[in-house]
Amino acid sequence: MRVYLDNNATTRVDPLVLEAMLPYFCEKYGNAASRSHSFGWEADEAVKKARQQVADLIGAAAEDIVFTSGATEGNNIAIKGVAAMYADKGRHVVTQSTEHKAVIDPCKYLEQHGFRVTFLPVDHWGRIDLQQLADAIKEDTILVSIMHGNNEIGTLQPIGEIGKLCKARGVLFHTDCCQTFGKVPINVQEMGIDLLTCSAHKIHGPKGVGALYVRRKRPRVRCEPVLHGGGHERGMRSGTLNVPGIVGLGQAAELCRLHLDTEPARLTALRDQLWSGLQARLDHIALNGHPTERTPSNLNVSFAYVEGESLMMGISDIAVSSGSACTSASLEPSYVLKALGVGDDLAHSSIRFSVGRFNTEAEIEYTIDRVAAAVCKLREMSPLYEMVQEGIDPSKVEWAER
Amino acid sequence: MAYGDKILDHYQNPRNVGALDRNSENVGTGIVGAPECGDVLKLQILVDENENIVDARFKTFGCGSAIASSSLATEWVKGRTLDEALEIKNTDIVRELALPPVKIHCSVLAEDAIRAAVADLKAKRAARAGTAESGAGVK
Repeated sequence: MRVYLDNNATTRVDPLVLEAMLPYFCEKYGNAASRSHSFGWEADEAVKKARQQVADLIGAAAEDIVFTSGATEGNNIAIKGVAAMYADKGRHVVTQSTEHKAVIDPCKYLEQHGFRVTFLPVDHWGRIDLQQLADAIKEDTILVSIMHGNNEIGTLQPIGEIGKLCKARGVLFHTDCCQTFGKVPINVQEMGIDLLTCSAHKIHGPKGVGALYVRRKRPRVRCEPVLHGGGHERGMRSGTLNVPGIVGLGQAAELCRLHLDTEPARLTALRDQLWSGLQARLDHIALNGHPTERTPSNLNVSFAYVEGESLMMGISDIAVSSGSACTSASLEPSYVLKALGVGDDLAHSSIRFSVGRFNTEAEIEYTIDRVAAAVCKLREMSPLYEMVQEGIDPSKVEWAER
Repeated sequence: MAYGDKILDHYQNPRNVGALDRNSENVGTGIVGAPECGDVLKLQILVDENENIVDARFKTFGCGSAIASSSLATEWVKGRTLDEALEIKNTDIVRELALPPVKIHCSVLAEDAIRAAVADLKAKRAARAGTAESGAGVK
């Protein structure tokens, strides 16, 4: 049995999404920008429909949606594009330490180009402090970028309150919603969002396509493009539209919207089944991220005294990911877990499980069995667990290599 | 990352997992690494009167390559004298397990653990000899 529990990394394309996309490869293959023939018109119609489908999921108007190649591009346009456009007004941006690299790195790029960036710290659950945010906004602040749901630990930020605060202070608010788009209700009007990034492949759509919401009214937000060219997408994103991908994104968004009342609750139940099952079987395990304010799909657990990568090897038929350094080339454990104040030892011991539309209760039960068995086996060969059994706290030992 | 067959074999069927009595004067214990770094290796050796290593045990907190390196180290030290055990080099472990470059530190830790275990045993022996001598002096 193979179980896929890495749905925060990417998801299986829903067959209904694929079905919607297929005609746009070999039959309706026109360029959506071709105004002079029916091939172009039918492609343009498909893009229009998808634009509406995406907009409907976040309470936006279709004209507010800019199609992109994915969330990395969306975040780059939002951050670098706003900074370039509003540089005369101010050169300060506020974000947080646990953002995805696709937000952190554009912000660092700005720092190298004459901007100041404030990286807000987070509490042990991964939430920012609203008072600290308010204090961080200065005269020359032009943009606040705070993600909705964290990709590693699932913690949700109170983006409605952040949006309100930004509105009151006259600062633009961008939010990366990759992990919540289609899973948590979002309304750009009620939440005061000016720019919003999302991606198709996190919601059972295809890879390589996403959308950026850019508010057109109250206020009208403008972005310098990152890609220059034919002036597509209101000039913010030149390049021939990826019509099949966009159709897939639209269909994926619509499926999420139709099931928003039931599917997030089902995912949450699977996630909670996994957590309570693991707790019943294992001691010395800890939840990373917020206990309740988290995305429906994400469960991040540290299994003390067991290294994450070795645990993944022990459950090799179950796809998960780890905050352990050993899974990356950097040899540094997850910066997100470190920002929460999770010790390096427990960061090395963390596993992210993320559920999706195609997971079942039986798969979760199987996962609980496999993980519990693997953790027990690895603890039997862990010198740290041996110390704990002997009443020694490994964190109080003077280790030679620091 | 895909693992080599030998790493997988040692990970799935680790040799000589367990513990020896660390207070025995014939047991040398080496503990290297740190939890913050993601690797802790504990390697123990049991010697006979002629300083031949007759048994070895390990416990490891670390990735699959660290577990495989420790397991292999226990296999290799058995049957050697203390000095022969010190001839085991991390590069031998890298070659045997086909460790990728990012996992070379696992083999370094295994070599360090062997050295630490041998040093511990030699220190115990030296202390015993010292006690015996000073004991003789009292008489």
